[in-house]
Amino acid sequence: MDNLKLHYDVNGDDFSVAGENSSKVKKMLKQLGFSPDVIRCVAIAMYEAEINMVIHANGGFIDVDISPERVKVELQDKGPGIPDIEKAMQEGYSTASNRVRELGFGAGMGLPNMKKYTDELNISTEIGKGTLVELIVNVK
Amino acid sequence: MTGKELAEVTGGKILCGDPERSLSGCYIGDLLSLAMSRVQSDNVWITIQSNINIVAVASLTDAGCIVICDGFSPDEDALEKAKDEDILIITSEKSAYDIAKLI
Repeated sequence: MDNLKLHYDVNGDDFSVAGENSSKVKKMLKQLGFSPDVIRCVAIAMYEAEINMVIHANGGFIDVDISPERVKVELQDKGPGIPDIEKAMQEGYSTASNRVRELGFGAGMGLPNMKKYTDELNISTEIGKGTLVELIVNVK
Repeated sequence: MTGKELAEVTGGKILCGDPERSLSGCYIGDLLSLAMSRVQSDNVWITIQSNINIVAVASLTDAGCIVICDGFSPDEDALEKAKDEDILIITSEKSAYDIAKLI
């Protein structure tokens, strides 16, 4: 079987649709019969990454690659990049604005959640150019 | 416990979703990322957040329902979205603590 590939564009700064693509992928995985555990991990990690694109990076695009062995999600943005990844990985560290915090974001759990709920998290970032986040959840 | 029973016990009001949805366990919190990782399937999620993003969190975590406490109401677009996604939303005048005690 060929891998199933999905592509989504993410609008920047539009919180009304933020997380919608994660919902679509979750539904797709459910239809394909993936286990609730795998679906939960993908949904949480992808949601965090998708929200980050909206909050910090003015949107971008997402490519999802689904095979029976693993789900891979790549999120590419053209945002400001992450100056200090080590700091960004710490729970509770956030650079979100007050406006965004009022909506319930900015807990500083985005990257830690991505790490916690994936088997592999790869981040390539360049200041002023953008960030590529790769999330991989293996099917056990 | 079902959504209908929860609404009765807490004096809450069902705004949308299936009243017969079965519920178990509870999480209280207003930070979406924390809720995202802590809310378990079928949980009652009690929060004061009322914007559209709570619907995505509830949907992605398979939460049993959202209870918006302390007299807050969901934003109009949040309610519309919840109807589309068939998410059960209950509002209550009570505090999160008082609601949790009654579950």
